[in-house]
Amino acid sequence: MGSIIKSTDDDVMAFLGKASEAKSEAVKVNTKKSDETRARTAPAKIKITSRNINFFYGDSQALFNNSLELQEGKVTAIIGPSGCGKSTHLRILNRIFELYREQRVEGEVLLDGKNILEKSMDVLELRKRVGMIFQKPTPFPMSVFDNVAYGLKMHYKVGRKELQDRVEEALKGAALWDEVKDKLRKPGMALSGGQQQRLCIARAIAVEPEVLLMDEPTSAIDPVATSRIEELVESFKNKYTVAIVTHNMQQAARISDVTAFFYKGEIIEVGDTREFFTNPKNKQTEDYITGRFG
Amino acid sequence: MRRAFGFREGCVLANTTLIVKEIEKLKQKLLLLGGKVEENFNKAVKAVDERDVGMAEDVINADDLIDQMEVEIEEECLKILALHQPVARDLRFIVTALKVNNDLERIDDHSVSIARHALFFANQPIFKFPFDYMAMSSMTRKMLKLSLDSLVQLDQAKAISVGAMDDAVDDMNRSMYDASEKGMKANPDQISMYVHAMGMSRTFERIADLSTNIAEDVIYLISGQIVRH
Repeated sequence: MGSIIKSTDDDVMAFLGKASEAKSEAVKVNTKKSDETRARTAPAKIKITSRNINFFYGDSQALFNNSLELQEGKVTAIIGPSGCGKSTHLRILNRIFELYREQRVEGEVLLDGKNILEKSMDVLELRKRVGMIFQKPTPFPMSVFDNVAYGLKMHYKVGRKELQDRVEEALKGAALWDEVKDKLRKPGMALSGGQQQRLCIARAIAVEPEVLLMDEPTSAIDPVATSRIEELVESFKNKYTVAIVTHNMQQAARISDVTAFFYKGEIIEVGDTREFFTNPKNKQTEDYITGRFG
Repeated sequence: MRRAFGFREGCVLANTTLIVKEIEKLKQKLLLLGGKVEENFNKAVKAVDERDVGMAEDVINADDLIDQMEVEIEEECLKILALHQPVARDLRFIVTALKVNNDLERIDDHSVSIARHALFFANQPIFKFPFDYMAMSSMTRKMLKLSLDSLVQLDQAKAISVGAMDDAVDDMNRSMYDASEKGMKANPDQISMYVHAMGMSRTFERIADLSTNIAEDVIYLISGQIVRH
């Protein structure tokens, strides 16, 4: 009586040795990647390759020998604590940092294989191919229509009808047309914050860029407007290569295909977003995204 | 060359964030539930072994408390999901907790079944079981204990070993059916006791399955790999 509870422990432990081996094999088989995972992580064409990037603000170094690839038609989220170099990295990709004399970069950035940091690169052409959206909406002090038409007129010789069509197309592409079609002549500044940000997106996509750089594009707008921008970014997949800097971890998880974690000017981990947010490889990444530091 | 910006050096906030505290609370509740379920299973088997009606009734009466604990844990998990939107190991823990919570509650339902079999056998003449239920319950108990230990200690090796033991319990259950068939033919006056014995064996087999589920969820929690099927 009462023997059930204390019996056969030794037998069980002896059995465990063999059992562990058998199950280890089973685990190996069962953890093979699913077809979907394979498709998601299949090598994509690389649109922009940054290699061995060092960046300096005067005497201070902000990026340290960083290399990062942006896959064509995919959304890459760049996350990390304040001051880790996320925006700095983005600002190299269309050479906008050059507006400040004391800033300089070392390394190379290949856009479709061509180094955009070479002096011979036409910066105007580069910024047409690589558009940028900033944290705060930056509409020009002109009408809604002219905000979008401005870049078009700068880069293309277009007739009035074509200009109208392309402005309309860009506003539709930025999911703004229905809200502004009756006030195209009103000042862009008169729109709400979320609408202004979409106006800036319309302005950027009007010139048919290949890459869109978005530097915390939703940090200054409300949750509803944020949701519209996120839907927009989703719709950009396969059309544009997008790099988005965000402090909002859930946003990175929702909208990106690939996530890169920056910390103290270095890239700590880059990976498939689903893997990144469920099973990151690096302890620092895990500590950051789970809020253990940052 | 100096580093740019004001990096917040060493600003590690380990164990101080709200979600860490919430998860710690949840972990305690889950472990308490695991302990109660394990205790109830042991009591149920002992009640059969010792023909102890009082102990069997204790097991049946404890089920309400365990159901209540299960609901509380599920509510905690949902609250953390809604309020903290966990990711990475925190997300894996919440998902695991939800599933383990459910499995533990079901294990306790099976312990209640064993206790009901104990009540039946306590009022019958001594019956020779058609299978070694002591060995089967011992293996099942070991699986449950190992699966809970693997959760507490985050020990992947222990979790893996649970899955492998499941095959042995399945074999015992299958051979019990053959033995029961023969027994019923030889002793038709004891058919009701054989039916109860078969029910008990099936219950051990289900508890072994649920312990395996727990162990598989622990492997997911530790490694991020889904190892079912």
